[in-house]
Amino acid sequence: MKNKLDFIDIMHGSDGHHRKEDPNSFEYSYQAEITNVYSLTKTEKLYQIQIADPKLRTKFTFKPGQFVMLELPGIGEAPFSISSSPVRHGDIELCIRGAGNFTNFLSRVQRGTKVGLSGPFGTHFPVEKMHGQDLLLIAGGLGIAPLRSPLLSVLENRSRYGRVDIMYGAKNPDELLFTYQHEEWRRFDINLDITVDQADKQWQGRTGLITEILKERIQESTDLANNTFAIVCGPPIMFRFVCDMLTQAGLPMQKMFVSLERRMHCGRGKCCRCNIGSTYTCIDGPVFDYWSVMNLKEAI
Amino acid sequence: MIFKVFPKKKLSLLYELLAVNTMVGPTLKGKDRNGKSLYDFDVLYTFDDLALDYTATIHSAKRFVLPYHEKLSSFDINKTDWKKHVDINVYKPLVFFGMHPCDINALNKLDMVLAGNVYPNPYYIGKRKNIFIVGLDCSPEPQCFCHSMGTDSALHGFDMFLTDLGDKYFVEVLSATAFDFLSQIKSKEPSKKDHQHYKQVNALKNKNFATNVETNDLTKILDLEFDAKAWDQWGDKCLSCGTCSNVCPTCYCYGVEENIDLDLKNANKIRSLHSCNLLDFAKVSGGHNFRPEKSTRLKYRYYHKHRGFVEAFEESLCVGCGRCGQACLADITPPEVIASVRGKE
Ligand SMILES: Cc1cc2nc3c(=O)[nH]c(=O)nc-3n(C[C@H](O)[C@H](O)[C@H](O)COP(=O)(O)OP(=O)(O)OC[C@H]3O[C@@H](n4cnc5c(N)ncnc54)[C@H](O)[C@@H]3O)c2cc1C
Ligand code: SF4
Ligand code: SF4
Ligand code: FES
Repeated sequence: MKNKLDFIDIMHGSDGHHRKEDPNSFEYSYQAEITNVYSLTKTEKLYQIQIADPKLRTKFTFKPGQFVMLELPGIGEAPFSISSSPVRHGDIELCIRGAGNFTNFLSRVQRGTKVGLSGPFGTHFPVEKMHGQDLLLIAGGLGIAPLRSPLLSVLENRSRYGRVDIMYGAKNPDELLFTYQHEEWRRFDINLDITVDQADKQWQGRTGLITEILKERIQESTDLANNTFAIVCGPPIMFRFVCDMLTQAGLPMQKMFVSLERRMHCGRGKCCRCNIGSTYTCIDGPVFDYWSVMNLKEAI
Repeated sequence: MIFKVFPKKKLSLLYELLAVNTMVGPTLKGKDRNGKSLYDFDVLYTFDDLALDYTATIHSAKRFVLPYHEKLSSFDINKTDWKKHVDINVYKPLVFFGMHPCDINALNKLDMVLAGNVYPNPYYIGKRKNIFIVGLDCSPEPQCFCHSMGTDSALHGFDMFLTDLGDKYFVEVLSATAFDFLSQIKSKEPSKKDHQHYKQVNALKNKNFATNVETNDLTKILDLEFDAKAWDQWGDKCLSCGTCSNVCPTCYCYGVEENIDLDLKNANKIRSLHSCNLLDFAKVSGGHNFRPEKSTRLKYRYYHKHRGFVEAFEESLCVGCGRCGQACLADITPPEVIASVRGKE
């Protein structure tokens, strides 16, 4: 009928506009399957998740530090940092703490459960820019989950980096994650220092704050300002202490990287839940250099 | 730009031509306690439903592009397997008749985040592209400060825009479809006198703004005054009810929730508008809340609108419509908040 306005069907391109992104991709999620679940501690589990379609699985690429949105139909969707190495493509590992409705439900599911996966989202740790330099990889608590991806990537390319120090702190020995891999990591000519806040009877390692290990490491270094990069993952209070200490020792703020956590309901810069002023943690982060974090009001 | 004029009595004809489509516009909803008329945007059934002399509507026009609740996807679940269905929920075009410049500008601002940027949102774009907008000039009310925000006139984002010249309408024509409708009602080229008259009407409007907000250097001042006492004072008054975001034409923040049917066979993923003034807005797992105090949440709403958005998109996210101040039970209005943060009580 004349005067009826034409219906513009954006999903099938009838608006004739060039678009950067296919509108169908907005709510798209890969069909994926939980292929294995390992209990790491009382509250954390490691989930191996594989994109079902082998072609899409190989096409799926990400960089260390990026995150995915994991969806269980009817239960929920939440953001998780990828904890595995980028060389494994769409055969990823997520280390997840049971912390609420979604994550506790997840902790009860069996191998073989079908899940939805979207992403990868966000910024990454620039491990390639760090070639030729010494690395300080510092994790507190669950921070080892996002740190493990750059860590594995560095180990796979070990010869491209100088001295590599991993410093990892947890509340107590029971909460240490990936203990079964620590010996394997050490074989790559790295220093792995572990400390706990509270020792138990069996604990033979260090007790105390992670900053104490860091202090020793700083004393050993000759040219921190020029030859070192740092990646720091953990609760805000921890990375603030660590980063301030490193700044005082002369490491430039733009050579330290942290991963921020915020509430996220989209991962695509739309829901605004992760917003800090002008910055969307989901697209401008979660990985930021310390300079950017210092410059953001209420970031830490 | 192409301009046209047509006599006022032809407006109903224009309406009727457009009315083979779904019509939406300002309509009278009732009276408040003091006998003041209350208006809102709603579906129109006849030309008489249209209240073109409306004062600011209670709610904005956003629900026609960004519904308060919207199903993003649904799932068919079969024990361990499931299938996801995505529907962007747009089936036919809609005519919006009589939108004021602030609300048109609000849509333009929403476009920047929701249609532009990375990951354009098809649920929004689908609806936005299927709205034919007839804009309408207005006369400032006491709470309006669009003039200060630079949103008192709309440059784009509509199909045609009507300015009341007494016995006729002066029309700015932005789309071919609009041109076609105006030809059907035999609109004419404006005369030199019409141009003159149009300029006078706009000049008069500019004189009538009662409220001003000083926006100079506001981005820097918000940073400098981040710890100002004023925030605590406003925070003490705020009820954290989220009404301000509810009525605001540019507040778009949302949350997503999934629900499953009792028979475990179907599930839905629902997006619902949220407000940064609500307690759980920035709460994360483990119980940590990045903005636990009322004052930090209230501050954040201003900070995002007047600083963060400016940094990201070069303009403010507030169009100065004054709705949030009108709706707030605690009488918190942007002009007063901004003045006090600037240190001018
Ligand atoms: C970039 C990023 C990476 C993350 N990586 C990991 C990881 O590797 N391992 C891990 O265990 N956790 C990670 N998290 C945290 C994880 O997203 C939350 O634990 C999870 O959302 C909690 O969901 P829930 O339904 O179990 O909790 P809920 O039952 O919803 O409640 C627990 C708390 O989580 C908050 N919450 C709800 N939804 C979200 C959301 N979408 N994002 C953040 N908080 C939310 C609630 O406000 C509540 O306080 C990451 C978060 C971000 C932002
Ligand atoms: S500013 Fe007013 S409307 Fe907004 S949350 Fe506070 S009390 Fe409610
Ligand atoms: S913040 Fe208030 S004045 Fe500004 S656009 Fe929103 S409702 Fe209107
Ligand atoms: S998670 Fe939605 S905007 Fe960042």
